[in-house]
Amino acid sequence: MRSARAFLAALCLGLPAAAQAQDAAPRRVVSINLCTDQLAMMLAAPGQLRSVSMLAVDPRSSAMVDEAQAYDINHALAEEVWLMQPDLVLAGQYSSLAAVAMLRRLGVRVAQIAPANSLEEVRDHIAEVGTLLHREAEAEALTAQFDADLAALRAPAGGPHPRAALYYANGYTTGDQTLAGQILAAAGFANVAAEAGFPYGGPMPLELLAMAEPDALITSRAYPGGSRSEEILEHPVVERLRDAVPGAIMSDADWICGTPKVLGAMKKLTEMRERMRPAQ
Amino acid sequence: MKKAFAVLLPLVALLALASLVIGPADIGPLAALKALVAGGDGPLPLVMREIRLPRMLLAILIGGSLGLAGAAMQGYLRNPLAEPGLIGISGSAALGAVIAIQTGLSAAFALALPLMALAGAVGAVLLLVLLAGPRGGSLTLILAGIAVSAMASALTSLVLNLSPSPYAAGEIVFWMMGSLADRSMVHVWLAAPFMAAGALLLARTGRGLDALTLGEDAAGAMGVHLTRLRLALVLGTACVVGAGTAVAGAIGFVGLVVPHLLRPVVGARPSALLWTSAAGGAALLLAADIAVRVVMPDRDLKLGVVTALVGAPLFLHLIWKTRGEQA
Amino acid sequence: MTLLTLSDLSVTLRNRPVLDGITLSVSEGEFVGLIGPNGAGKTTLMRAALGLVPCAGHSSLAALSPAARAKQAAWMPQAREIAWPVSVETLVSLGRLPHGGGTEADAAAIEDALAQMQLSPLRARTATRLSGGEQARALIARALAQECPLLLADEPVAGLDPAHQIATMQVFARLAAEGRGVVTSLHDLGLAARHCTRLVLLAHGRILADGTPAEVLTPARMAEAFGVSIYHAETEDGPVFLPMGVLG
Repeated sequence: MRSARAFLAALCLGLPAAAQAQDAAPRRVVSINLCTDQLAMMLAAPGQLRSVSMLAVDPRSSAMVDEAQAYDINHALAEEVWLMQPDLVLAGQYSSLAAVAMLRRLGVRVAQIAPANSLEEVRDHIAEVGTLLHREAEAEALTAQFDADLAALRAPAGGPHPRAALYYANGYTTGDQTLAGQILAAAGFANVAAEAGFPYGGPMPLELLAMAEPDALITSRAYPGGSRSEEILEHPVVERLRDAVPGAIMSDADWICGTPKVLGAMKKLTEMRERMRPAQ
Repeated sequence: MKKAFAVLLPLVALLALASLVIGPADIGPLAALKALVAGGDGPLPLVMREIRLPRMLLAILIGGSLGLAGAAMQGYLRNPLAEPGLIGISGSAALGAVIAIQTGLSAAFALALPLMALAGAVGAVLLLVLLAGPRGGSLTLILAGIAVSAMASALTSLVLNLSPSPYAAGEIVFWMMGSLADRSMVHVWLAAPFMAAGALLLARTGRGLDALTLGEDAAGAMGVHLTRLRLALVLGTACVVGAGTAVAGAIGFVGLVVPHLLRPVVGARPSALLWTSAAGGAALLLAADIAVRVVMPDRDLKLGVVTALVGAPLFLHLIWKTRGEQA
Repeated sequence: MTLLTLSDLSVTLRNRPVLDGITLSVSEGEFVGLIGPNGAGKTTLMRAALGLVPCAGHSSLAALSPAARAKQAAWMPQAREIAWPVSVETLVSLGRLPHGGGTEADAAAIEDALAQMQLSPLRARTATRLSGGEQARALIARALAQECPLLLADEPVAGLDPAHQIATMQVFARLAAEGRGVVTSLHDLGLAARHCTRLVLLAHGRILADGTPAEVLTPARMAEAFGVSIYHAETEDGPVFLPMGVLG
């Protein structure tokens, strides 16, 4: 109650909350975005990260549900975050913008991290969060591990490149200029969406998918609760395609965020490609 | 009426053919039609038979349904502003369909989808007919329609917002605007029987609607069973609109534009307008569905956007005219 | 032969008695004028006879099935409703709905009705764009086209010009002379006296008088029912009845 009043007072007066010198390592970090949640959990010192967002404990979207159980959960609301008295808030570039603006007005330091669109950007983001947390050494180690794992998984150049389609609810596809597209490419697949003229992705008409005759079909996992958006994945054309070519159900959690967890997705794809080889 | 059909039926046939050969995939018209009829290897026959054919059939069935239901509703309420989309019947059907999908009912039992949409539509038509029967004026009808529409869309949004599926919220657009993209023959078989039953019921209302031109009293004295007529109208409209909405969302304005344009052609006789409007509705929806593919091929443009762009100005014009007549 | 029999007919609308114990019969050849002050129950009497309002007592028409009734009696309501811009000919043809429509007999009936109401020149015109009087004539023609033994019309001549008022009354009188029955409510006592074979005077939901015009239109009854004095003269062209002044 008292703290709520303090929040209101601070809001009205625009008082800067206990401002921290930026050259000291932040000690009370709150993350309000699924992807910064995961990078922070990988890099933070014990006790440094106080809270992660509620999506971090949702197994449908988070690749680090178990780790996230150790932290307080926030809902990316300005009031609740401010009451945690953070000295650094990690947020996404495009989400919870109102909360970010208000926290900044209240004098809280907020860092916004853009979503990663390539494997290279995954490395950048690891380094960025590492710097913010003053955990540069851990970030370098994580990057080195990521590079090594990626090199081991990366498909040899010159091998056959089966053509795969990424096809999700609402007929959405992702092109090669996206993180998912880069994972696909790194695993040795050619992306049908890029051929069909969707470099970034978007809703691809079903008949273009059918006419493209992909060698593999990667679809999204069904969410609980019915939806007509996912109905397209049961369209007779998709079902027939799924029967005819190898397919994978991708687990969203490994694909959503630009973290080393994307290698999990890549590993599954690589295994699928290797299983396909005898058939070719 | 025969003259109208002589123009409308070839038009529907022509547009149906165009609907089959126009699509995002670059397929020659002859190859497309050959694959449709003769089949063959490769993905082409599949595309023609499982994507483009159902899309064309649904445009005809749903457009025809909306035209027919619009003409019947207008005839019964004796009001040219009565339209299934505008007065909330489609919206209520969408609510029923959304509930069927979100509760998992439709996944367990396929017919639950059209049946729930039908139930939603019955509720709306019943409410509207009771509130603004043949004696109610335009104002009562439109006010009742606004209330029913607002209620239905609010409840639809609520159901979708409560859904655990992250896609649900985005589906509001589909249910409000309608689309025929990537439907399958499954949807055709799901909707067609209800539409046939509804059309049969509505077709039998022609004589009664004609008699109602002279008012309820005169119609009653001419042997029209008004209660039976109302029942046929409510169930018939609910069947055709409910089934269409269940598979393609709520598509507005077709039932307004088509009867309005065709009324002078058939000499304004309500019975003659029924089937003429059905043919006109099929032509309009086929054309609108071709337009969404031609105008913005790389965007999933919703059908209701096109029909509203054509229909809303006409609606305003109609209100203007009604106002002039009352003044 | 009797075309309509009402016995002890009573109607209560919203707890208010509108008709009370009406007993009446109409036979072939009769042109019955239903007169009475506003609110006397003229319209309700005809609607109850047709079974359009729930009533106690017996009506020979209301007892019929809707289809049989539509062939026995045609009804022209007072509200001149034409919902859609149909042509006059189409409007008149609606009268053939109870008979099926489309046959030669139907076409002949429509022609006949148009001719009787002098509407042939207007047949292609849009009914909703006609003047009020022309619309009234078109609606009478519609009722005529139904070709029933009995015609019930609620104030059919209201709003017509004098020539068409007289012509319409003559059409009804001719129908009666041909052996049909006509019941019409009207307020013009002069027209009623000159054309009807029989008048029924209604007041406060009861029949006050029933007989020939001369029997019904007495100064005493007119004073009682309408509160007016009346001028009566016999001329070479028939009787003249004219309300003259309101009685204190």
